[in-house]
Formats: sequence, C-alpha cells, structure tokens
Amino acid sequence: MEMDWYLGLSAVLFTIGVIGVLTRKNAIVIFMCAELMLNSVNLTLVSFSAQLGDVHGQILVFFALCVAAAEAAVGLAIIIAIYRNNLTVDVTRINLLRW
Amino acid sequence: METYIFILFATLAVAAAIGMITSRNTVNSALFLVLNLISVAGIFLLLKAQFLAVVQVLVYGGAIMVLFLFVIMLLNLSDEEQMLSKFSVRYAVGFFLGVIVLSQLLYAIASITGTLPQIHPEMERVGTVETIGDALFTVYMLPVLVTAILLTAAVVGALLLAQRKISGKVDK
Repeated sequence: MEMDWYLGLSAVLFTIGVIGVLTRKNAIVIFMCAELMLNSVNLTLVSFSAQLGDVHGQILVFFALCVAAAEAAVGLAIIIAIYRNNLTVDVTRINLLRW
Repeated sequence: METYIFILFATLAVAAAIGMITSRNTVNSALFLVLNLISVAGIFLLLKAQFLAVVQVLVYGGAIMVLFLFVIMLLNLSDEEQMLSKFSVRYAVGFFLGVIVLSQLLYAIASITGTLPQIHPEMERVGTVETIGDALFTVYMLPVLVTAILLTAAVVGALLLAQRKISGKVDK
C-alpha cells in the first residue's frame, strides 16, 4: 500500500473543507468544515509518522486534538453569544465589523 | 486486503465530507461529520496508530460532536432555504479557490511520490499507548502541562462567553 494514497485522501478532505468554508453561510457548518480540515491534517501527520516509524508525528496529532477541543468549546461559545445578539448564525448577516 | 479496507474507508470519508457540506439541515451535517471522523479513525487503525484511532473516536466523534449537537439543539436552527439554488459569485469563487488548493496539494504530493516507502516496521511498536505515553510523560512533559492550562483557559473562556449577562442590551 503506497503512502501517497493516504496523502491524496488527506488533500481531498482538506479541499472539501476549504470549499465548505468558502461557500456555506451557516456559522456552525463553517466551524465543522474547519474541524474537517484539522482532521485531514492529522491524517497527513499520522501517515508521515507511519512512514518514518517515528512517534513524534503522533504526539503532534495528540496536541492538535487538544487544541481542537479547546477551539471547539470557545468557538461554539462565541457562536452562542453571536446568536443571542443577532438571532442568526448566518455569516452574511453578521456584518457589524465588516468593511 | 489492506487496499480494499483503505478504499472502503476512503470512499466513506469523502462521501461523508461531501454530504456534510451539501446537506441543508445542520444536524445532518453534524452526523455526516461523525461518520467522516469515524472512517478517518479506521484509516488511523490501518496506519497502525491504535492510540490515535481510539482517541479520535472518543474525543472527536464523542465529545466534540456531542458539543456541536448540543449547540445546534440550543440554537434551534431551521433549514437553510435556497442554499445552492441561485448562482452567485460566492460559490464560483469558493469552488475556484477549492480547485486551486486541491491542485496545489496534489502537485506537492506528486513531487515526492515514489520516494515514499511502505509502512515502517517499527510502527507495530510506535502506535501503541505504551510508546506514546512514554514519550508524552518524559520528553513532552512541559507541553502536556501547558495543554492542561490551555484546556482550563478554554473552559473558563467558554463559560464567560456563553453566559447570559454579557449580552445585556438585547432582551428578547
């Protein structure tokens, strides 16, 4: 099993995440697409770690998971606060700070 | 055999990701993301990273996605109407940039393909809880403690941001 298939899968998942972030309007879905991109980067790290037989890539994935958990908690709290003020999570209608 | 399992999980992951960004209902998106995360955990198992596969299912598929579903339930969002019905510059630009990112990534991968060997034989030992725990609690002791501080700060920040009093002016 060649390793570049794993990298290709990771690239495809990352691109789907990018397209989701750029096209969707719902803030929660945009946030989930960001999680998808983080996860595809984790897949890249794990596949390089498996290729090299090195534990450090997996340690980095572990810390990335911790940061993703913290980011999810804070980001969802921000989304709730925005919803309380605007009664919407549509990012095209949250334009207070937009130029 | 390994190839077939990889194709199964990869197809599942890509299909779930596409389903996530195309479904109107936010709950469906979240459930598709759970499916995607679990198939990526299967690919981690295929790469002999057992610890990360378990952590992926527990932390991502369990904790984070339950948090997402709670927030979706709390906000009580209705389905988006007219998600893709009318053409706009937004979708064109998004799709175009996505194609650019994919081609760049594939180009970067193609330049190093052929130099990549099989899964390293050491991986039988490296992916286990024992090895990762050994590295985490000796070499990476300080980052683990910093992570503890980060998680505490995230919990405090989330509580502060989501509390009711902070949005004093709008009472509906």
